[in-house]
Amino acid sequence: MNRRAALSLAVLFAFLLAAPLLLGNYGLSVLILVLYFAFVGQAWNIMMGFAGQLSLGHALYAGLGGYVAAGVYFHYGLGPWAGVFLAIAAAVAAGAIVGYLGFRFSLAGVYFALLTIAFAEFTRIGFDNWPWAGGSGGLFLKVERGVTDIANLRGGATMFYYIILALAAGTLMLCRVLLESRLGRYWLAIREDAEAAQAAGVHVFRCKMIAVMISAALTAIAGVWSAFYYNNLFPETAFAIGRSIEMTLPPIIGGLGTLFGPFVGAVVLTGLGEIFTDVGDWLHVPGIKQIFYGLALLVIVMYRPAGIWPWLATRLGFVERSK
Amino acid sequence: MSGARLELAGISKQFRGLRAVHDVSFVVPAGAIHALIGPNGAGKTTIFNMIAGVYPPNSGTVTLDGRTLSGLRPDLVCDAGVGRTFQIVKPFKGLSVLENVTIGALHRRPKLKEARAHAEEILARLGLADRRHHLAQSLTLPDRKRLEVARALATQPKLLLLDEVMAGLRPTEVDVMVGFLRELNAKTGLTILLIEHVMRAVMALAAQVVVVSYGEKIAEGTPQEITQHQAVLDVYLGEAEVA
Repeated sequence: MNRRAALSLAVLFAFLLAAPLLLGNYGLSVLILVLYFAFVGQAWNIMMGFAGQLSLGHALYAGLGGYVAAGVYFHYGLGPWAGVFLAIAAAVAAGAIVGYLGFRFSLAGVYFALLTIAFAEFTRIGFDNWPWAGGSGGLFLKVERGVTDIANLRGGATMFYYIILALAAGTLMLCRVLLESRLGRYWLAIREDAEAAQAAGVHVFRCKMIAVMISAALTAIAGVWSAFYYNNLFPETAFAIGRSIEMTLPPIIGGLGTLFGPFVGAVVLTGLGEIFTDVGDWLHVPGIKQIFYGLALLVIVMYRPAGIWPWLATRLGFVERSK
Repeated sequence: MSGARLELAGISKQFRGLRAVHDVSFVVPAGAIHALIGPNGAGKTTIFNMIAGVYPPNSGTVTLDGRTLSGLRPDLVCDAGVGRTFQIVKPFKGLSVLENVTIGALHRRPKLKEARAHAEEILARLGLADRRHHLAQSLTLPDRKRLEVARALATQPKLLLLDEVMAGLRPTEVDVMVGFLRELNAKTGLTILLIEHVMRAVMALAAQVVVVSYGEKIAEGTPQEITQHQAVLDVYLGEAEVA
């Protein structure tokens, strides 16, 4: 990172820190969405962008995390700061099972992706029929207006904003550390060519398992945050494939395997989403938002197949032009 | 870094009905350079894959300095001191040349900085230093072959398995590679087993040559003996007639 990039990052971070003072409710809610998608996108990027393992079922980990933490709070009054550890444990266990089956039996590419979808799907069906978790009717947390109770994550948008900002920034730093370690380099090697990686001494199975477990743990934290922010959980949406897909979009649009891709992708996607919602309202054509949104993604993927960030970073003079 | 003794004792491999390798035995003494030659489809790469742990032999054993390798995973075979290249080169395409070799070096040097420094040294020795920041996918085939050797060497092997690293190289480039391998062997005592069709390289490098045909060892000897060996001549000339 050169000086210019470091300075830009500092300015951006200062803006994000001051955002609740600068922006209104609407602006803050949009920024919360951006940071949430940057965070889950970063978590998913560890698996696909770094280790090259395509998961299309990450809603499983977010859903499990959310349900576990919200469930123990709802039933036993156990606060989310403790509950998050149970949530992580549940998601890591699920990730370990999916990973073990996929990697032990060498399911690659789309076959592994199908496995991840299958696990998210049957977990959805399970939760639909599990009374403890509220079944298909959903699980609701009591909304308390005007309080700020950080211990139980009851409060307004500003509190949730700072938490998601800390999570997104922390995960960015974690990913940087991981990428600059032996494990991170081994992930890249596996992504590029697993057989060559193994011949160079990489324990491929173990490295993939660590990737899926770290990714699941982070996604579970996002699930807990989201459950307490929205105060409701339905199997129909928590484990939906659409939920999984939307986690994959920020890194794909922003730049797979890059550190800032998920954030840039989240800014672009959320921005487009908001703009097209307004356009849709103005045009009074139902569904036009999705059509515009889809077309915009299509154009981005066609003209920037490696994502926006690698191109943007070069344009802004943050990195040397690659050879 | 010094060489290790490789011993293959009666290894065989069947793929379903196909008998790919049958009862092959030979020894490469520590610090020696031997070549494995034979017509296409003779089972040379299958023998390499059994040494490197890609699949275990159906029978027989592979040992390195007396330690059994057969049955170990490829990464453990690497850990035991075997470095290999692939006949169809397998660079980490999206990564730089330096990163490719650094990944190999990380095996014995867990710190990224040290691994990178070691990788720089190896790249300099192989004449790839000026291309170290290029993406591996942008390299020409001869450079990719060199990169394969560099990545394998970075794991600090005691035995280097080279699968047709001379193929596609011009005669002058072959001479450069031969010179490099000879110097490497002389300096470090690294044991080298190479599969090669380029006889110029085999003649210049190998003390002993093992010839396989249809999965069986048909001859073994010095390059001079091999070129006069009747069974070897039959195999190669027979192939020439068909072609």
